[in-house]
Amino acid sequence: MNSTLDGFRDPEIAGRLMDAIRETATVPAKLMEVCGTHTMAIAKHGLRDLMPDTITLLSGPGCPVCVTANRDIDLAIEMARQPGVVLTTFGDMMKVPGSYSSLSREKADGRDVRVVYSPLDSLTIAANEPEKHVVFLGVGFETTAPTVALTIREAARRELPNWSALSLHKTVPGALGALVNDPEVQINGFILPGHVSTIIGAGPYEFLAREHGVASVITGFEPVDVLQGVWMLSRQLAEGRAEVEIAYRRGVHAEGNPTAVAAIEAAFEPCDAEWRGIGVIPGTGLALRSKFAQYDARERVVCTPPEPREIKGCQCGDVLRGVTLPFDCKLFGRGCTPEHPIGPCMVSSEGSCAAYYRYTDYGKA
Amino acid sequence: MCLAIPARIVDQPNENAMAEVDILGVKRHVNLMMTPDAKVGDHVLVHAGFAIQVVDEEFAAESLSMLRQMGIKSADELAAELEPGARTPGAAAS
Ligand code: SF4
Repeated sequence: MNSTLDGFRDPEIAGRLMDAIRETATVPAKLMEVCGTHTMAIAKHGLRDLMPDTITLLSGPGCPVCVTANRDIDLAIEMARQPGVVLTTFGDMMKVPGSYSSLSREKADGRDVRVVYSPLDSLTIAANEPEKHVVFLGVGFETTAPTVALTIREAARRELPNWSALSLHKTVPGALGALVNDPEVQINGFILPGHVSTIIGAGPYEFLAREHGVASVITGFEPVDVLQGVWMLSRQLAEGRAEVEIAYRRGVHAEGNPTAVAAIEAAFEPCDAEWRGIGVIPGTGLALRSKFAQYDARERVVCTPPEPREIKGCQCGDVLRGVTLPFDCKLFGRGCTPEHPIGPCMVSSEGSCAAYYRYTDYGKA
Repeated sequence: MCLAIPARIVDQPNENAMAEVDILGVKRHVNLMMTPDAKVGDHVLVHAGFAIQVVDEEFAAESLSMLRQMGIKSADELAAELEPGARTPGAAAS
């Protein structure tokens, strides 16, 4: 079995961690990896198959593109269709299907949709093309939200009249709270995302341990980091502890980055947000504060998208809640592939379906 | 999409907090507003054109090796990854 560990940069450490996991994981436990990169590492290195029988690894809602609801994607598409609007966004959003179309299809149809690397780039476009109205479609968790928050502040400082942001940003801890309350899910421990935690630190997750008795470990992105996270979780469960531990001290300080958190709070206030598969979770969205209404695309580009509809047969919602594994979806590999994705989980490189399609043979016809 | 990439600050930030950084030999301008204590020579994690945290050198070296593992070997490839139209701020990761 150690041959399967050869792919690790340090197979010896991986082997030692596997031994430690087998030793500690005596009680059955369901562990959810929240972050898309963890999902990729787990799929790529076949970690699921390496786990002892007691441990079940579930993928969670950690791919921001995947959890964006059809209704919100439809709104962005409708904005792109308005005359004079340039819709700018990150590349990951382009191919994500909404109810009826995607931004890349809109672009092919002649709408002005542009991919930017940084939200600041959209300010430059607005400054250079004053006759257009430039919308920045902001998607992402706490890692990305401060970059958009500071961009809003910068737009206000420059008094740019023709720029606004459509915030579809979401915050992670509240979604995890919703999942632990979901009787269908039943999670004993969370492998928490590294770079979201770089911003927010450990504090915002503490209620998971305190109120729900769920163990958590903030974990880095190397496959060995994931094993370390699993081991630390098993140790907490074996010892009957539930707390937030950091296995990723190199990239995460317990207090996070207070400057970044302050930037988020200055530009945004919590609002209800719809998560694909989970539904509306109170307080997990980020809406522009009213003092920035002038830079809020919802105020500036008023339009009415058609009623959303769900994609037939796609089980992304259940995949994102950890209730269904990608290869249990009937369409996985048979009709739904990265080349012809049916649901968002197959579009994004970090989506669970895409990760499993790329790295495993399950269900491939 | 929340992957952050380590970079080394090579220049003082200008009045808009934009500073030149080196990412695997590629020079980019990033915003340092979130890392007000960062100095020239420091390593920072970069996400969507902003430095989001100061990190130590060892950590930066480790993350770069991860990028290489992900198949990004040269500065050119990284630049392609970072250019508009290619991919997003992060290849992956929350
Ligand atoms: S395989 Fe495709 S259709 Fe099935 S859940 Fe995943 S994205 Fe949706």
